[in-house]
Amino acid sequence: MTSSVSKGCFVFKPSAKRRRNTPTVEDYFIHGSEDTENSKLRFRNCQTLWEKMKADTELLQDELNRKILDSLLAFIRKSVSTFQRGTDDWASRMRAHEIPTAALVLGVNVPDHDMTFQCLADQLQQSVTPFVVSVQATECAALNHMMQRVLERLIGTSVSVDNEEPEQRSTNVNQKRVHCSLITLCNWYKTVTKKAASGTPRKKRTSVGKDMQQHPPIVVIFKDLEAFNPKVLQDFILICSRYVEQLPLMFVFGIATSPSTIQHMLPHSVSSLLGIELFQSLSCTQHLASVIDKVILTSQFPFKPSGKVLQVLVSIFLYHDFSVRNFIKGLQLALLEHFHSQPLSVLCCKKEALVHATELSHRNVERLQQLPSFMRYVEEQGPQEQVELLTSDDHVKEVCQKLLKDLRKYHKNYYPILRCLHILTASLPKYPLGKQIRELHISCLEKNVWENEEYASAMQLLRMMAKDELTSALQKCAEILKSVKTKKMRAALLQLDNLLAKFDQPGDLAADENAAGEDLTSPGKGLQKKTDLFQLQKTLLEMKKSRRTKTMSPFEILRDQALEFIDSLVRSHLAPPESQPLYEVCYYSSSAVLRRHLNATPRTSIQTALSNPYHYLKNENLRAEDGTVSNAAPDICIVYKLHLECGRLINLYDWLEAYATVVSAAEGKDPDSADFGKVDELKHARFIQAVSELEFLGFIKSTKQKTDHVSRLTWGGC
Amino acid sequence: MAAQLQHLGYDDEKLQRVMERLPCRDVQARMLLALMGEPEQCSYPSIFIYGHRTTGKSHVIHTLLKELELPYATVSCVECVSVGLLFEQVLLSLFGSDSASLLSRSPSLSDFVRVYKQLCVQASAKQTRYIVLDRVELLRDMEANLLPAFLRLQELVDDNVTVIMLSEIVWDKFRPNTGCFEPLLLHFPDYSKGELQQILSEDSHPSYSPELYSAFINILLGVFYSVCRDLRELRHLAALNFSKFVEPLEQGKVKEGDTHKLWRNIEPYLKKAMQTVYLRELSSVQWEQQLQMEEKEAGAVRGLSAHAHVELPYYSKFLLIAAYLGSYNPARTDKRFFLKHHGKIKKTNFLKKHEKTSNHLLGPKPFPLDRLMAIFYSVVDSRVAPTASVFSQISSLVTLQLLIQVGHDDQLDAPKYKCAVSLDFILAISRTVSFDMVKYLYDFL
Repeated sequence: MTSSVSKGCFVFKPSAKRRRNTPTVEDYFIHGSEDTENSKLRFRNCQTLWEKMKADTELLQDELNRKILDSLLAFIRKSVSTFQRGTDDWASRMRAHEIPTAALVLGVNVPDHDMTFQCLADQLQQSVTPFVVSVQATECAALNHMMQRVLERLIGTSVSVDNEEPEQRSTNVNQKRVHCSLITLCNWYKTVTKKAASGTPRKKRTSVGKDMQQHPPIVVIFKDLEAFNPKVLQDFILICSRYVEQLPLMFVFGIATSPSTIQHMLPHSVSSLLGIELFQSLSCTQHLASVIDKVILTSQFPFKPSGKVLQVLVSIFLYHDFSVRNFIKGLQLALLEHFHSQPLSVLCCKKEALVHATELSHRNVERLQQLPSFMRYVEEQGPQEQVELLTSDDHVKEVCQKLLKDLRKYHKNYYPILRCLHILTASLPKYPLGKQIRELHISCLEKNVWENEEYASAMQLLRMMAKDELTSALQKCAEILKSVKTKKMRAALLQLDNLLAKFDQPGDLAADENAAGEDLTSPGKGLQKKTDLFQLQKTLLEMKKSRRTKTMSPFEILRDQALEFIDSLVRSHLAPPESQPLYEVCYYSSSAVLRRHLNATPRTSIQTALSNPYHYLKNENLRAEDGTVSNAAPDICIVYKLHLECGRLINLYDWLEAYATVVSAAEGKDPDSADFGKVDELKHARFIQAVSELEFLGFIKSTKQKTDHVSRLTWGGC
Repeated sequence: MAAQLQHLGYDDEKLQRVMERLPCRDVQARMLLALMGEPEQCSYPSIFIYGHRTTGKSHVIHTLLKELELPYATVSCVECVSVGLLFEQVLLSLFGSDSASLLSRSPSLSDFVRVYKQLCVQASAKQTRYIVLDRVELLRDMEANLLPAFLRLQELVDDNVTVIMLSEIVWDKFRPNTGCFEPLLLHFPDYSKGELQQILSEDSHPSYSPELYSAFINILLGVFYSVCRDLRELRHLAALNFSKFVEPLEQGKVKEGDTHKLWRNIEPYLKKAMQTVYLRELSSVQWEQQLQMEEKEAGAVRGLSAHAHVELPYYSKFLLIAAYLGSYNPARTDKRFFLKHHGKIKKTNFLKKHEKTSNHLLGPKPFPLDRLMAIFYSVVDSRVAPTASVFSQISSLVTLQLLIQVGHDDQLDAPKYKCAVSLDFILAISRTVSFDMVKYLYDFL
């Protein structure tokens, strides 16, 4: 498929049959690239990688949600059983008028909740009850809308379950249209449960039937409680509570802010009808941390965002939306951009990379040779090798394979060491290297971490660490290293184990400490004899020196050894990726592109378009000096420019005059002629159109303060 | 007593049963029975019953009508989102399931009267029909002709029908200014302490003696009567705490007669319940769990209001702070807070008279978007690009009910907002971004 196909497809083609070649995502991806084969390969790489990442994150999110969902399900099951026991039990009879309600606190980012609720609804439908309805505030502006939604969905779902009886379905639909009240629901519920109880073999869900009791509850999920109209919600609850004896109703409130909103929204007379239980989900920052841990801090995926890119994504999360979903989407965009813009990203995959390396085209080999990191690598080689690398394609391909292997090894060692360093530094006071591992990761990506001042201060703090803290941290490091299979890490593990073993020899330590104590006292005795000031100073200096050198207990020596060892590991494995040849293959670094796409600035774009039309139109006539607008620019630009010179209120007539002058100059009229700057009908119309466009864009609006004036809505100007 | 009621034409036994089920509402029930007369007799067109929540209005009416097997329809006006629904329910319960189909899709009052008459001819009843309208105050918000029409429905449909209205509001608040038929007024007074005791004692636990339960209720009322007289709430409290009350009995430490010891045992729990359960801060389930946990982990389960903390994105916090400042500072003082060289302004001379009262007492004032953004840019410490997500955060704050959008005209150009959070909340927020809120609030100058 070529690019012409995707261009040739028009949306307004009349017959749908002829439109057989709708462009796929792949076509868009390939569109405009010179080497189709290569881009197809890249597209496939990108797809498989993304699929894997998506699957992993979804799995992770399921796991994170599981705990809260499980407790919710348990709550709902328990409520069901109390309803079924009915009036036998004194306590539950006394509580019969409460509607069991789960308040689910999910954090401020509402769009992220959809997935959780979907998950909840699915699980409920699978194991507890088929009657689950979710409603959103936007659908329930008034009470009758809300009723209608609930009934529609409830009766609708059961209809789709019982599709053996089409005629009943039609009557149901008719009835529903006539009156949407809970009485209808009650009647419907009675017939449904009776049918289930009468023991007709239900074909569709036998597996569910066993678990589902005679009276499956009706669960209503309010997705965004805050946005509901309080009056509507109160009325709905009041109505529901009237039927609580006939209908096993149950509510789930999705709360974005805090549980006290329930009290703000519902007066006591209503909230006393509910038996509320609170469920709190994981905070979104923890959620993000685990996603980063799973997707970014792993050598499993060859694609890596650079420090800047990661920073853009994280800052959008922290500053703007708290949305994990948006973070993942941003990552997807980075992935797509990387594979789209970097031809050499064919090599960015796991197993096939080496195969792809041998199949590089000549053009791509040239690209490879031009990579800054590769050029640096070439410079480090001997002259003979340099010539080879610059002339022979085959040799380059061979070297490339080797370099790719090295890169993979680098990553395999990088992450475990990063984690070890994080474990050691995360408990230090004031967190010199960051509280979260992502902060440490970003600083490691940017430059040699050991050159940072923070690193030095962290090391200093580590040198003062107590024994048990240090050993437990080192033990955790050993745990991390155990799971890594590379040679270097194994060696490191061996060394670390040795050190830990030494820490664990208490006998030696104690004996040495005694010796150190004796040393300490002896110079003190000598001090008493001498009274000479000079002598005193000398001995004091000596004492200080000796204390520094001699009082090093074996533990301290060991501690220094351990830290030196860690330091050496850091220096050898945590070098920034820029130092690695061919790092461009795996790292996506254009953070500006990402920022522009994810954190759009519509107002800045409009202002750029108006004040500098050349930026978008690329017409040479419009090219102008800084801060000026060519008089050939579109009318709206001229009008905009003129309005910047005005104050808060703009006199329309003056504005028109000024506009006419500018436009006349553009028409090439003689400035001295009589009709220069004269307003004719055409100019008048153009001016009015431009002004109303400005009004539409929100720069001005009509005002009643003064006749023939409009007011500016923006401030500042030239 | 029963002998007196005999002439009303009801079965003696039935009357006896009804009276048993209506403790402490003897007077009212008798009054109602007297008004209703014999089943065949024509009754008064409309009766208006009012009294506080849980004074037994609906209970008395329903028990009477149900036990005496009279034809009646009962409708809660909350449920009636449309008039049609109201008519439909009345017809359904008075004339059976087919009757509602006679109504048109969106029936008017005259449709209802017409259909009623029609059905009435077909099935003319010997007994008085009753229509009970619960929470009738909501009827006032519906069409204006509805309330007057129901008051004289008897005349309109030419049938032996009585409309009984129940409300928590006095009749004076109902009277339309065009005047209307005056219903008979009947007041249900609040239960006295003794009456509450009697009613609550009735739902005694099956496995314990009624005397014990009555003693428990006595203790409960001793603690709660001064703060709460709501029967439903008291019943809820009784149900929650009874298991704790009988715990020493279960363990065999105390005998049933030893009320003093039982009282000593339960009192601290009741005191605790007063703080949390009465406000429904905790669900009953959680309360029971907490009782089981004992003092070891007291405070482990916290009430709803304890979870007031909200996590917000960084800029949202500053937007909220800016909104708070916009809502509680007079606009003229912005210069003083946000310009570097503002000069000194004395509080007393500077302000108009009405501004001298604390703004926190007056509540939040609306402010335009421009002012919000201007304050936002001056309080946030770094340069912020005016990106789309900054603006979308404002609207998400609105959906979270932390900001309120006011006014509906001119939403595109100059929307106005109000800040809806409390001072404590904003102080907590500003502490997390280390912003000294108090320094910027005019009230604390």
